[in-house]
Amino acid sequence: METAEPISIAEAKFTLSPGQLFWQRLKRRKIAVAGGVILIFLYAVALTAGFVAPFYYDHLNTDYSFHPPLWPRLSGFHLIVPRTEAQADGFVYHELPNDTKPLHFFVCGDKYKLFGFIPASIHLFGTGDSNYPVYLLGADQFGRDVFSRILYGSQISLSIGIIGIALSFAFGMIIGGISGYFAGSTDTVIMRLCELIMSIPALYLIISLRAAFPPGMSSSEIYAMIVVILSFIGWASMARVIRGMTLSLREQQFVLAARALGQSHLKIICRHILPNTFSYVIVAATLSVPYYILGEVVLSFLGVGIQEPQASWGNMLSAAEDVQYLQNYPWLLAPSAAIFVTVLAFNFLGDGLRDAADTKSL
Amino acid sequence: MNLLEIKNLKMDFGKNAEALRAIDDVSLTIGAGETVCLVGESGCGKTVTALSIARLVPTPPANYVGGEILLNGQDILKMPNGELRNIRGGVVSYVFQEPGAALNPVFRVGNQIKESLKLHKPEKATNEEVIRLLKLVGIPAPESRIRNYPFEMSGGMQQRVMIAMALASEPKLLVADEPTTALDVTIQAQILELLHELKQRLGMAILLITHNLGIVGDMADRVAVMYAGQIVELAPVKELLRQPLHPYTKALMASVPKLRGDADRLSAIPGNVPRIGNFPAGCRFAPRCPMAKPECSEKVPELVEVEAGRWVRCPFWKTS
Repeated sequence: METAEPISIAEAKFTLSPGQLFWQRLKRRKIAVAGGVILIFLYAVALTAGFVAPFYYDHLNTDYSFHPPLWPRLSGFHLIVPRTEAQADGFVYHELPNDTKPLHFFVCGDKYKLFGFIPASIHLFGTGDSNYPVYLLGADQFGRDVFSRILYGSQISLSIGIIGIALSFAFGMIIGGISGYFAGSTDTVIMRLCELIMSIPALYLIISLRAAFPPGMSSSEIYAMIVVILSFIGWASMARVIRGMTLSLREQQFVLAARALGQSHLKIICRHILPNTFSYVIVAATLSVPYYILGEVVLSFLGVGIQEPQASWGNMLSAAEDVQYLQNYPWLLAPSAAIFVTVLAFNFLGDGLRDAADTKSL
Repeated sequence: MNLLEIKNLKMDFGKNAEALRAIDDVSLTIGAGETVCLVGESGCGKTVTALSIARLVPTPPANYVGGEILLNGQDILKMPNGELRNIRGGVVSYVFQEPGAALNPVFRVGNQIKESLKLHKPEKATNEEVIRLLKLVGIPAPESRIRNYPFEMSGGMQQRVMIAMALASEPKLLVADEPTTALDVTIQAQILELLHELKQRLGMAILLITHNLGIVGDMADRVAVMYAGQIVELAPVKELLRQPLHPYTKALMASVPKLRGDADRLSAIPGNVPRIGNFPAGCRFAPRCPMAKPECSEKVPELVEVEAGRWVRCPFWKTS
């Protein structure tokens, strides 16, 4: 017969904090965990894109336009990369016999800045000779490595979601909190404003806002502009939901208790009401990141977003809009796979968070 | 001078034609260190009267149309909001009915007490002070309890935390709005014992709102009985319990179940408190009063001092 293990006092933890409960419930959802792991991986790669990518994003090699994917292959104990040459008619490449170079790790190559400020030239892999390029996902019309450009593009696509969410949610939460807390005419004015913004079709608003900005901006200015435009559209729906939650939370006794302590209105909103909406906000934020990523893709695809030669998933796809290109060089669609995986991972994680966040209903 | 003087306070909900009188001509004083009980059925204006002391009833819908509230010599109703925030929690603190709802569910209790300290005693906003306060209100192992969330505590513990929060700033007046209604009877006794003891130790005044006359006898120095927005009887506790003068007070006391004797059916006051805005003409208790006379529903009776310190709002207090 089994005997129960005696529980020591230290182990006998009867209740878990909301945070611990949250983790416990999240860990049980395997798909959400998988989504989270994929995202962590993607962000880690985006952060170190310069190192992982074999080439810098604007490394041109016109000898290799539309080069198909070329993987290093195993020869003995070495990975080798063959040299290829274009045939006279069009972009069809054939290998030159007995002309290979071994693939090296931590090889010297294009200069880049690690994390944006540390100058470096070491790459994870490569041949160290640009006549023997490694095109994991092929090359585009200028012979630029699609794989490297996807990595550099991920820096923009992945960060735009986070920054955009941070901006629009911070704004939406404060506005929504104020609207719901003070109610009355303040509420009416703010809500009508939200409805006004939400009633304008987003795409037209984006394009007209884009037109309002001067042409010929630098890529970092364009980046900031995209974030601002997407956040400007996004805050309204957030504000509406937060306003609704605040309307019910403000009637709670702890709000009266805080007022009875002499707490100021703004602090009551920020310290007492908004933290009670966090379980919703975290979920909503995770599920909305894809909209920002797709928003950037749409803008760049339409040619009003990130400009060449900077890489973003959107402007890489706009190179693939020609049907003939698609037919002949399908690897140009690779960025869409990256978008697909990222958006799906965010949705899986968000779904899991939603189930886990409801800690009060045990 | 008294710590709190409410003089002829009149408050409406709504304005002009839609105005509903919630507090009608309420006068009440509390001296320093005194315990006053405010007694009455649900919906008779006890809580709004108590919240008015720190102007906590939102305006609108509330609308103060007359009278004044002097707390510590300052006129609360005319005070600018900024100053009022120092009064709230600083001079007058509140303990509410449901401790579970009055604590913010997403913060550790230690931080909530610290918030109170930060507002009124920023120099003392330390863990040591929080632990001292928790010890003061009789929470065992306060060092580990400060890291608890409210839902990890029992109702009695939560109420002790609320009391610790209220005491953090060493207020002159503690308003306890039915502090024990949501607790079971043994915990109720403990909390009341605690309030009593803290009052002796810290010398603050207490305004205790209750509808439990048993509590009144234990705690109060003086009792004010409210009915339909008016004070109907105000008296020192011993006199009031020995010999209630107003028919409503008598009816309230008759409806307390008695343990001894061959108890018959528990007597209840027939009917309900009239809804606000729907008060009968004349004496508001007349429709439920067993001794009502025809003239009762003609003229609103005045609150008159019939003995030193005893006020009654019934012209027939002698005969009834």
